[in-house]
Amino acid sequence: MKELMLGNKAIARGLYEAGVKYISSYPGTPSTEITEEAAEFSEMYAEWAPNEKVALESALGASLAGARSFTAMKHVGLNVAADPLFTSAYTGVNGGVVICVADDPAMHSSQNEQDSRHYARAAKLPMLEPSDSGECLAFTRLAYEISEKFDTPVLLRTCTRVAHSQSLVELGPRQEKPLNEYVKNPAKYVMNPGFGFKRHFAVEDRLKELARFSETSPMNRAEINDTSIGFVCAGSCYEYVKEAFPSASVFKVGMSFPMPIESIRAFASRVEKLYVVEELDGVFENELRAAGIRVDGGKDIFGFIGELSQSRVAEAMGLAPKETARFEEPVPARPPVMCAGCPHRGVFYVLSKLKLTVLGDIGCYTLGASAPLSAVDSVVCMGASVSMLHGFNTVRPEGANKAVAVIGDSTFLHSGITALTDIAYNRSISTVLILDNSITGMTGHQQNPATGYTLRMQAVPPVSLEKVCEAVGIRRVRSVDPGDLKALEACIKEELQADEPSVIICRRPCMLLKYVKPKPALKVDTAACRACRSCMRLGCPAIRFESGKAVIDATQCVGCGLCAQTCAFGAIKEA
Amino acid sequence: MTKSIMIVGVGGQGTLLASRLIGRVLVNKGLDVKLSEVHGMSQRGGSVVTYVKYGDKVYSPIVDKGEADFILSFEAVEGARYLEMLSKTGTLITNTAEIYPITVITGAMTYPENPTQKLSEICSVKAVDALSLAREAGSEKAVNVVLMGVLSRFMPEIEQASWLEAIEALVKPKFIELNKKAFLLGREA
Repeated sequence: MKELMLGNKAIARGLYEAGVKYISSYPGTPSTEITEEAAEFSEMYAEWAPNEKVALESALGASLAGARSFTAMKHVGLNVAADPLFTSAYTGVNGGVVICVADDPAMHSSQNEQDSRHYARAAKLPMLEPSDSGECLAFTRLAYEISEKFDTPVLLRTCTRVAHSQSLVELGPRQEKPLNEYVKNPAKYVMNPGFGFKRHFAVEDRLKELARFSETSPMNRAEINDTSIGFVCAGSCYEYVKEAFPSASVFKVGMSFPMPIESIRAFASRVEKLYVVEELDGVFENELRAAGIRVDGGKDIFGFIGELSQSRVAEAMGLAPKETARFEEPVPARPPVMCAGCPHRGVFYVLSKLKLTVLGDIGCYTLGASAPLSAVDSVVCMGASVSMLHGFNTVRPEGANKAVAVIGDSTFLHSGITALTDIAYNRSISTVLILDNSITGMTGHQQNPATGYTLRMQAVPPVSLEKVCEAVGIRRVRSVDPGDLKALEACIKEELQADEPSVIICRRPCMLLKYVKPKPALKVDTAACRACRSCMRLGCPAIRFESGKAVIDATQCVGCGLCAQTCAFGAIKEA
Repeated sequence: MTKSIMIVGVGGQGTLLASRLIGRVLVNKGLDVKLSEVHGMSQRGGSVVTYVKYGDKVYSPIVDKGEADFILSFEAVEGARYLEMLSKTGTLITNTAEIYPITVITGAMTYPENPTQKLSEICSVKAVDALSLAREAGSEKAVNVVLMGVLSRFMPEIEQASWLEAIEALVKPKFIELNKKAFLLGREA
């Protein structure tokens, strides 16, 4: 019986079937569900780590101890884990190690469009690229065989359309893998210059063996049909090509590093024109050209930006676009917004009102950049709000009372602590707001070390954000309810005036948490409403203007009361 | 022959459950099926899209310009946003309920007047007040299953019992009866 399964769930199933024992990840769209689904299997240990670097390092530790181990992350997460990644290529593995990296072309939920295939080449690690859920499961199992046969971590690369698509998979049983014996071996695992230099030779020899393996692996295959056109493609691009050109010849790349160059050279000689279809960078195209293989079309026609699709492939190849109906009027944009009752709204309302420079970070609160709050000046990566504030204030000390950093609880624990240590240690007069909503929100509610629960909902002592801040050397640490606009504004003003570093913990749980009960919807007394539009500056999806007066949508309002606090005429009341 | 359904709506309206229910009945019919979803940022009240494709053999999981046999729109203007995805012979099934996006709330953009009426002048439209039917079934949250009921009338190859089985399999036990009622109200609408 075949089952319809999300690509991410199929990878989790592959981990189960491969006898994996240890899984540690940090959430990141589109990779999050792998670890959540893996946690459903009691045979495997699964956890949320504070960040991707810790997750990968702990997986390397479990491998050293002899277990098949795993970590998953989004593309930018691999930047965080890049340090252990590169040297793990030198140490190799004891139990097999697979690192799943999920790219997000078109940036459905990311801050850049980086192409993780470069990492395989830079770190000299093999990479597999499944095209659908069936391959997600099968390639995960194969990845462990490759990892142990060649003594190397293996990268498993997906993208949004593989990770978050469902297709049919065939399930198999779990094959238990007892721990491999642990034998102390400093020459392999202690990467000091003496040992590490020798291991580099092993890495280069291994790459040659992997290249030979790639030539014969059934993951790479030539599908010879009409030979007037041949495509080289991997992952989701294979699906687009097959749909757009069902009768063309296709070389399907499953093991994408090292590439099966000689097999592709043979394929190229059998087709009249060769096209390389790949999203983002021209990684395959460059390697084929470098190997002297003639490429008739690649990045010049498919471009470097965004996702491909069957019609983008077809139109780039010169086919006419399909005729479609069009709605002539402009359709209003519908960007994501903070939910009604979101604890972040009050924070950005006050920051916007005070006209502060706001160094932002990654999470739901990135939405504080959107109109009408428009409160955020920069967003780069996890943790950058705090470190960028330090740099900003150090060169503009006169403006330190006009600038703040905002960072969520999970993001602070991910990579904000070291940045705050920089502020405390080097004494920039900076004010950091930690937006503690008691959950990792944007990725869909994952626990983190400050929530007091693990991935499997085991109660544990929560990290005290106050004590962490104090311990790194911040003397002024306060907490405030961001649902109380007056108190929040007073607190921010006071801390901005202080002549030393300070942290304000804005603490209120996410409105979507099950234990947070909505209050009755508020109502506008239309006689009292003076149409001043103060409440509209909150950007609340539950408030709109109709016939010149504010109206509250009772189906959306959760009674947080922020709008009532902004109304100078007392027109917003409990119903 | 591959068939394509696009489900469009506003984050939080339950489009994912609808696509999973449809996926299940198609798999039980013995067809190859692919679904595609987008998670993460766009879910927070933004415009959301899921794709359902089925047939003897499905390659691409996404629905592209001019390909959708059906667009199932959970909100009046979302169907208009994705209209170019509809095939020339396709049908737009739409909820008549209007949900103003933040750009309209702030006055930066305007919401088209009578979008459903204008759409029916351009393409084949089946419009339903799914919100009222969902309320009748017992919960405003059942809009998704009401619309699935409407769609089911356009898929005569799938028997009613198969849809009800999917609801029993994928919906939490205490909401099964409510959702069955919502489905049947949509099917008869």
